[in-house]
Amino acid sequence: MHEQTATELLGLLHSGKVSSEELTKAYAERIAAIDPKVGAFLRVDVDGALAQARAIDARRKSGEKLGKLAGLPVAVKDLLCSQGDLATCGSKMLADYRAPYDSTIVARLKSADAVLLGRTNMDEFAMGGSTENSALGKTQNPWDLTRTPGGSSGGAAACVAADMACLSIGTDTGGSIRQPAAHCGITGLKPTYGRVSRHGLIAFASSLDQAGPMTRTAEDAALLLETIAGPDPLDSTCIAEPAPRYTETVREPLQGLTLGLVREHFAAGLDGDVERAVREAIKVYESLGAKVKEISFPHAKYGVAVYYIIAPCEASSNLARYDGVHYGRRTDEAKLVAELDAERKELLAAGRKREAEQLDTSLVRLYRKSRAEGFGPEVKRRVMLGTYALSAGYYDAYYLKALKVRRLIRQDYDEAFRQVDLIAGPVTTSPAFKIGEKVADPMAMYLVDLYTVSANLAGVGGISIPCGASPAGLPIGLQLQCPPLAEDKLLRAAHMFQTATDWHQRRPKL
Amino acid sequence: MSSEKYTIVIGLETHVQLQTRTKLFCSCSTKFGAAPNTQTCPICSGNPGTLPVMNRRAFDLGLQTALALNCTIAPFTKWDRKQYYYPDLPKGYQISQYDLPFSSEGHLEISDSKGRFETKRVGIFRAHLEEDAGKSMHDEQAGKADSKIDLNRTGTPLLEIVTKPDMRSPAEAKAYLTELKLLLTYLGVSDCNMQEGSLRVDANVNLHIDTPAGKIATPIVEIKNMNSFRAVEKAIGYEAERQYADWQETGKKLGDPGVFKQTRGWDDTAGVTRSQRAKEESSDYRYFPDPDLVPVTVSPERIEEVRRTLGELPAQLRTRLETTYAITPYDSEVIVNQERKFVDYFTEVAAACGDGKMASNWLQQDVLRVMSERDLTIESYPVRAAALAELLLKVKAGDVDTSRGREVLQRMFDHGENAAAAMSALGIEKVDESALVSLCEELVAANPRLVADVKAGKMQAAGAFVGQAKKKNPNANPARIRDLCLEIIAKLP
Repeated sequence: MHEQTATELLGLLHSGKVSSEELTKAYAERIAAIDPKVGAFLRVDVDGALAQARAIDARRKSGEKLGKLAGLPVAVKDLLCSQGDLATCGSKMLADYRAPYDSTIVARLKSADAVLLGRTNMDEFAMGGSTENSALGKTQNPWDLTRTPGGSSGGAAACVAADMACLSIGTDTGGSIRQPAAHCGITGLKPTYGRVSRHGLIAFASSLDQAGPMTRTAEDAALLLETIAGPDPLDSTCIAEPAPRYTETVREPLQGLTLGLVREHFAAGLDGDVERAVREAIKVYESLGAKVKEISFPHAKYGVAVYYIIAPCEASSNLARYDGVHYGRRTDEAKLVAELDAERKELLAAGRKREAEQLDTSLVRLYRKSRAEGFGPEVKRRVMLGTYALSAGYYDAYYLKALKVRRLIRQDYDEAFRQVDLIAGPVTTSPAFKIGEKVADPMAMYLVDLYTVSANLAGVGGISIPCGASPAGLPIGLQLQCPPLAEDKLLRAAHMFQTATDWHQRRPKL
Repeated sequence: MSSEKYTIVIGLETHVQLQTRTKLFCSCSTKFGAAPNTQTCPICSGNPGTLPVMNRRAFDLGLQTALALNCTIAPFTKWDRKQYYYPDLPKGYQISQYDLPFSSEGHLEISDSKGRFETKRVGIFRAHLEEDAGKSMHDEQAGKADSKIDLNRTGTPLLEIVTKPDMRSPAEAKAYLTELKLLLTYLGVSDCNMQEGSLRVDANVNLHIDTPAGKIATPIVEIKNMNSFRAVEKAIGYEAERQYADWQETGKKLGDPGVFKQTRGWDDTAGVTRSQRAKEESSDYRYFPDPDLVPVTVSPERIEEVRRTLGELPAQLRTRLETTYAITPYDSEVIVNQERKFVDYFTEVAAACGDGKMASNWLQQDVLRVMSERDLTIESYPVRAAALAELLLKVKAGDVDTSRGREVLQRMFDHGENAAAAMSALGIEKVDESALVSLCEELVAANPRLVADVKAGKMQAAGAFVGQAKKKNPNANPARIRDLCLEIIAKLP
């Protein structure tokens, strides 16, 4: 049962062939059996989910009109607020944070009568490309447990790949939906910036963050996107235009489709297996009647650099509230005061009066220690980067400059979309890498976002769909990118591919 | 306070709490005085994942004020984050406007009816919107060191109005604030209640001193924490003397190495300013555009629309009163400084009685006095404008003299009677002209000494006739008696 797509399961639920309770139980059992190996979930609320499922079943039985996802279990990345529940962001800092309100996404899932199955693991505050930065658990790639699932939505990708959920919500700031989707062999859609409300999505980099569906198929992604997208009065950056009915158009093939291939995406550094798989996929499109056009992104090479200025700048500000005073884990105050007193005494005894006077106040020390203890190394690295880049004298050289280049990257897209409908290319430079492989080399880790960050910087939509496998059997993804608000086209193109191929039906052996 | 020793250079920063029902970025109430933390939501408490959404009404109130201050409105304005760690700042940053405020380059005209300074325009650098922070309350009673945070105030819309350093005396600073407050009151954009913190003032002060070696400037000091206009006036005066003495002692000038802007607080009880920051360091707020808020665009049409709704502002109103009703700038100032309703009352009385000066005198000497004694507003003052005008017409016609007219007004106030009824109740009736003439002839005949005095040019002697006449007939009009007596005496050989 759990191997079926959400669309198929919804049919079974509607026809009464299966109840939500049975389905939820099946997933719970699958999670209990598989997740100890994969570690996709941080928390699974079996009792809560079953109660929800039973309530929905009862309402269905009484003939009540139900929501779009009635009875389907959904997994949610652990940075979306759900009233009364923990939202940890994969951080020690927020390990005990319970949100007092529902994020718009969670509220919409609830009103669509979805069953909230559990919360998935992630890189701390969504910073990372491997989910190794989670302070709360390890997630393995279901295809090869020695490899990472990608990140930061590694848990969200792995749970779908391992059939522990058919629908999950991830977020993508620089590729965090598409890259893990590629590494785990599933479909992951990053919508246009502002298509899905960010209200209640614990921010990493506000101008880049975007939540989206992680599913088995494009059809399922259409279903989930349709549920969560659309205007929201609680988020002024959310686009005012109503969300189209993606499920009604997703099966229509695209006539006269022109795909753009970005010359710079097929340059040195791209793994040969990935390149072969992507070129094969493009041939599939050609066989379906698509035309292919080579285009150029002259500013693509600055994408990662610009991203690693803008994202940390915003993060340094967004994460300021986690100081042990307002939010987040607080250091042991008694210990802190004792330490401070001892330091002062020692300095005074040594006759270093000036230094003693310049010691932290206990409040300043409280901030310092709480943050030092609560954040992991990657978060600290980015907060430091952002703080530096925004500081007086450096703002113009880094942040402002980055904003200007960001504009140029957007212009590259505008220019490209005058010539082509969608852009096709690789998602990642290589298939899933080994756990620990890039941990010691932050720059290498940052480069995993090479093909995905530009879409975030430009605010356009992008999707990753399985399109091949490495000789070792690891999944390879194809990325399609669309102009702002053209998710309908993106989904139709992805579905076209999934009707012609069966890469999306491959399953890891677990 | 002006002195030949130096020129005081003053710029003011005023934080005005805008009168919205809800906060700048969420829908919580801004009502003052609620129990701590009862007017908060996940947005004001900066809960993870929350986003600000701008309150249009707050922006419009800011727009009205900026237009009334003759500011240029930016067609495109954005929001910035000002980052600093502070316990009552839940997000770790304050949403404000940095390099692209929604308005800039305006001015406010100030004048002094007492003639202490020439009428001048105080330049406005900018007016921008920002959210207020929360309030820390420290309980430091014996053995206690409790700090509590109230977030009710967090997110309250503030308009920060920054002047150019155009003021040259504490009197000018006070005049600016008085005029600003009046303007805000007329616009209805703020309740301007200083006790509740609706209007908070910081002053930047330094001195320009002529020395044999040329003109020097003393280091700039920002005085914070002043909660009345009187305090602002006193603090600036104190600070000027302090800076002068400090310069004489240390010789420190603006621009000297190691000399920074200093922040000082005003201790109203002690009447002194005190240094607030021990370490003199330049803060780095790491401003950057808030990515959670969309920029605000304002069309020229919208600006015109708001401009049309501003109504008559105090300066225009004064000019109109002076030209239409022929009253002095002093009188127009007294009248306009009252609430708008008082001005309307005045214009109604003045128009109906056809004498602006007279209306102004009666309003200032009688109506305002009673209003302040009885703690009334013009709306609760029981004698309506039409009734007062009726009385003034009678005074003008000589039906009743000014001093008895006051008695009439008092009776109108006490009994709610109209002028005619009050006069008849007081037994006031117009004395027939012929009766007056014969009364005066009688008095002239009976007082040869007084007649001689008048003839000798001692005009004040005529006053004695008035006194005697009033005793014989209390309704006799003193001015008329005086005139008649003088006429009769003039005809005497």
